[in-house]
Amino acid sequence: MSDTQAKKGGWPLYEVFVRGKRGLNHVHVGSLHAADDRMALTHARDLYTRRNEGVSIWVVRSENIAASTRDEKDPFFDPSADKVYRHPTFYDIPDDVPHI
Amino acid sequence: MAALQTDSTTAADGTPPDLAQRFDDTIARDQRIEPRDWMPDGYRKTLIRQVAQHAHSEIIGMQPEGEWITRAPSLRRKAILFAKVQDEAGHGLYLYSAAETLGADRTDLTERLLEGRQKYSSIFNYPTLSFADVGVIGWFVDGAAICNQVPLCRSSYGPYARAMVRICKEESFHQRQGYELLMTMMRGTDAQREMVQDAVNRWWWPSLMMFGPPDDSSPNSAQSMAWKIKRHSNDELRQRFVDMTVPQAEKLGVTLPDPELRWNEERGRHDFGTPDWDELMRVIKGDGPCNTERIERRRAAHEEGAWVREAAVAHAAKQAAEKQNGAVA
Repeated sequence: MSDTQAKKGGWPLYEVFVRGKRGLNHVHVGSLHAADDRMALTHARDLYTRRNEGVSIWVVRSENIAASTRDEKDPFFDPSADKVYRHPTFYDIPDDVPHI
Repeated sequence: MAALQTDSTTAADGTPPDLAQRFDDTIARDQRIEPRDWMPDGYRKTLIRQVAQHAHSEIIGMQPEGEWITRAPSLRRKAILFAKVQDEAGHGLYLYSAAETLGADRTDLTERLLEGRQKYSSIFNYPTLSFADVGVIGWFVDGAAICNQVPLCRSSYGPYARAMVRICKEESFHQRQGYELLMTMMRGTDAQREMVQDAVNRWWWPSLMMFGPPDDSSPNSAQSMAWKIKRHSNDELRQRFVDMTVPQAEKLGVTLPDPELRWNEERGRHDFGTPDWDELMRVIKGDGPCNTERIERRRAAHEEGAWVREAAVAHAAKQAAEKQNGAVA
């Protein structure tokens, strides 16, 4: 919680992730404020699943999420940029080879 | 919140030109700007203003119809109205959530609304005099909101566009329940039909004003369209709403209160009269029929809920302390 929010009696920010149905990953759907984890879960249910949008919810305090930097040209992602041989299209296989 | 939120430190004058260029390119390619991307200060400020205003409108918008929950004529109508008003609260919260990704603070946004430093839609400053108003709000006001909001699903700012997708899905229920309510009343007594026509007469012009001032006096529109925050002009959206609503009014059997309203064969669209722009300006400036009442009500709810917010924080702290002690012991 930021200092200004705490001073004003505000609740910390949580990020909400919903599993739409069995077989799918949890997906980030938005955020909300709640005093604690349990309240965050019930608020998330009321806010993000009013029409059967989910079968499971995760909530996590926003301040506990670590994220990569915002720069698109971040060298952080460089290791994947120059490895074309990781893709199946990198390999030439004659057309008459079946099932490959 | 450092990890997920925006960082505006590079938005000052010392912006490296490649950041500005990348922003422009992203907009030009019709791709989305995301929270942690660099963006011009003006873009951020415009968005915070628009998204906050939109959120406030949803929150204040709970009041005109909420007044009818206890007086709904059947359990079915009451349940529907409850669900609708709850949706409005939800829409407000999706939008506050989007505003917060831009670095806005929730508590601060609420204060700005209560102090009149941020606006909400002029339409919610009109009173709901009969139950037919609930139907007409669903039909006109939510119909107009759909015209406005469907293009916003492609707004250039990702979190705003995603909130709008969610909202638009729910808005269709709002419009349809309103129209169905009116159809039911139109099949009733003469008195009920008169109530519907009276509500239509009162809400038509304020609904047209919801799209904002005409294009030639809408100062922020051009820049918002260049940034693709907004996709169509006020006048274009207003025209779409009229074209959409006229055949619905015919089906319903009501008259729209505009003597100049007629089909223009040449344009393939309807001609219609000019809303009273002076009235719109008065309502926006705070002098509408219900401005004071709406804000007073919102302020009372906020102040009367303060102890709940504080108690929840105290409870959370106590639970956390007990958990920690338990772990130690």
